[in-house]
Amino acid sequence: MSLTTAFFAIIRRDLLLAFRRRAELANPLLFFVMVVTLFPLAVGAQPNLLQAMAPGVIWVAALLAALLSLDNLFRSDFEDGSLEQLLLSPHSLSILVLGKILAHWLVTGLPLLLVAPLLALFLGLPQAAMGTLWLTLILATPMLSLIGAIGVALTVGLRRGGMILSLLVLPLYIPVLIFASNAVDRAASGLPVTAQLNILLAMLILALVLVPLPTSAALKMSVN
Amino acid sequence: MDNLHQPPLVVTNLSCQRDDRLLFSDLSFSLNHGEILLLEGSNGSGKTSLLRILCGFREADAGEIFWCGEAMADSRYFADMAYVGHADGSKKELTVLENLKFAQALKQVGRYSIEQALEKVQLSGYDDNLLQTLSAGQKRRLSLARLLITDNRLWILDEPFTSLDRQGIVLIESLMAEHVAQGGMVILTSHHDLSLPFNAIQRIHLDSCH
Amino acid sequence: MSWIPTPISRFFHRTSSPPHFYALANRWLPWLTALFLLLLGAGLYGGLYLAPADYQQGDSYRIIYVHVPAAWMSLFIYVLMAVMGAIALVWRMKLAEVMLISSAPIGAGFTFIALVTGSLWGKPMWGTWWVWDARLTSELILLFLYLGVISLYGAIEDKKAAAKAVSILALVGVVNIPIIHYSVEWWNTLHQGPTVTKIDKPSIHVSMLVPLLLMALAFKVYYLIAVLQAAKLELVRREASSQWVKNLLETKL
Repeated sequence: MSLTTAFFAIIRRDLLLAFRRRAELANPLLFFVMVVTLFPLAVGAQPNLLQAMAPGVIWVAALLAALLSLDNLFRSDFEDGSLEQLLLSPHSLSILVLGKILAHWLVTGLPLLLVAPLLALFLGLPQAAMGTLWLTLILATPMLSLIGAIGVALTVGLRRGGMILSLLVLPLYIPVLIFASNAVDRAASGLPVTAQLNILLAMLILALVLVPLPTSAALKMSVN
Repeated sequence: MDNLHQPPLVVTNLSCQRDDRLLFSDLSFSLNHGEILLLEGSNGSGKTSLLRILCGFREADAGEIFWCGEAMADSRYFADMAYVGHADGSKKELTVLENLKFAQALKQVGRYSIEQALEKVQLSGYDDNLLQTLSAGQKRRLSLARLLITDNRLWILDEPFTSLDRQGIVLIESLMAEHVAQGGMVILTSHHDLSLPFNAIQRIHLDSCH
Repeated sequence: MSWIPTPISRFFHRTSSPPHFYALANRWLPWLTALFLLLLGAGLYGGLYLAPADYQQGDSYRIIYVHVPAAWMSLFIYVLMAVMGAIALVWRMKLAEVMLISSAPIGAGFTFIALVTGSLWGKPMWGTWWVWDARLTSELILLFLYLGVISLYGAIEDKKAAAKAVSILALVGVVNIPIIHYSVEWWNTLHQGPTVTKIDKPSIHVSMLVPLLLMALAFKVYYLIAVLQAAKLELVRREASSQWVKNLLETKL
């Protein structure tokens, strides 16, 4: 069948799998909310302090939640041999991998949009910054899945890849963190954020183009 | 394209080492239409490594593999082959039908429809069962159904007889016989000997390769 | 590799064969060591004795003779690792893999030195051991990237696969370094306002510059020495079962 069919088949399959394992679906989301809840408890509940920290806290929590969810991306396929079958497809592995990443984002990145207003409420983020928070989540969470995919592909063959995964992936997340949290920060002070959003968009396009290739090369290495 | 004088699969001077141990070296063979290649050898003799090299999962330390006269990576090899390994390669949370449909999407549609294939591997009626409700032998038969519903000429089977009963073994052998009769090719590893009277069967004994 | 002239490709082919490389490295090492000591002596003499004290910072600026070359090397080695990674992936050259792996700890070492000296320098400058200055922060992230390469290589048992993995990682890292660098720079100007960095003063006096360049060269030669030593060891470890290593052991014994 054609590459397009295969691409959509893989997205459909991964969404279906996520639905069948829906008990796990909420875990990264809960983690996200809980990490954010820890901050007021640790630093104290002064409204000014929390408001100033809100963009950073939300984005650090989003980063960690993404990191936690990454393991699902290739782990089960690696264990049950589906990854081998994927590699044997005559279609381009990079495109199939892109389908998997997209499905992963739909399942783990997009739901963060749902709880973001709750967190903004917890931390006293101004209403004006809400739209920007959503925009940065839409632009930047796909990048977390994309960049993370390289790390998972490199470590999926390891029995305890989790720690190494964070060491590999977190430094690469730094630009995303900087621009996304800065955009929310500025929006909270009522300043324009076009530059930050444009940079995030540019980085997203770059990641979309560049990520599938090393990811598929790393998967081939891991299956070995 | 491929004339009868030139076998589709030609392997030349293959060698493989793992952890400083030479598994095999200078291994050459070719496989023609309608032939079966049985890899024999004790555990750790490199049977599985050889199969994984033939699947492109592993790089050989030396040697080349040609498919229809072209190097494996440049040829239509991956459109023409199918592999059943130790792992099922199917998702346990999906139904039999969903698994097979996905397998079909990754490859080209083959000779049999999904219903026909399920009937052949004696799984008809199980369409909507989740894979995790099937027994090990049934999962194995489902993997075999994947060979039937996709278009391929070369089957690569790693220990296909494990976790199958007498009846299941007979089933695989008859499927192989049918595949070979239609000009297909099979490479397999097995501890059992094949019981059907296959007339064109090559054997490579890996223990004696070094 | 048809577009590479034959003599050059023959040279590379010969040099990249492990026994030949091993012999060549042995022949070069004494010369490189002599060159390193010469450059280091001249650089230190020029930097610590001949060069005048800075009119603002006094003698404490002299740490740049270690800090700046180390910082240059930290970036240079990472880029070099990515180049080796590309060579290893495209031409499957074993020697490139070995050089990549051997470079990583050395690069991490230089990065660490740059961080420590930067922080030592920061104490009299800023009054505190650590400031979230753009350069220091970038250097810290670079150290994380190095540590990622080293631990990934250590974690994968099959060393052939491990070499491939770190080649991919080094390439991914090198694409990200400029992005990380500029985003950190940008972050820094936003949050801190322009920091007074003493390195990029518009002009530096010749008597200060020459020792700095000498030290930079000395560090490069030191890297060569260290990487050749490490690569020799790694080659012997990898090819322990091959004939040339056995011969080597016999002659040594």
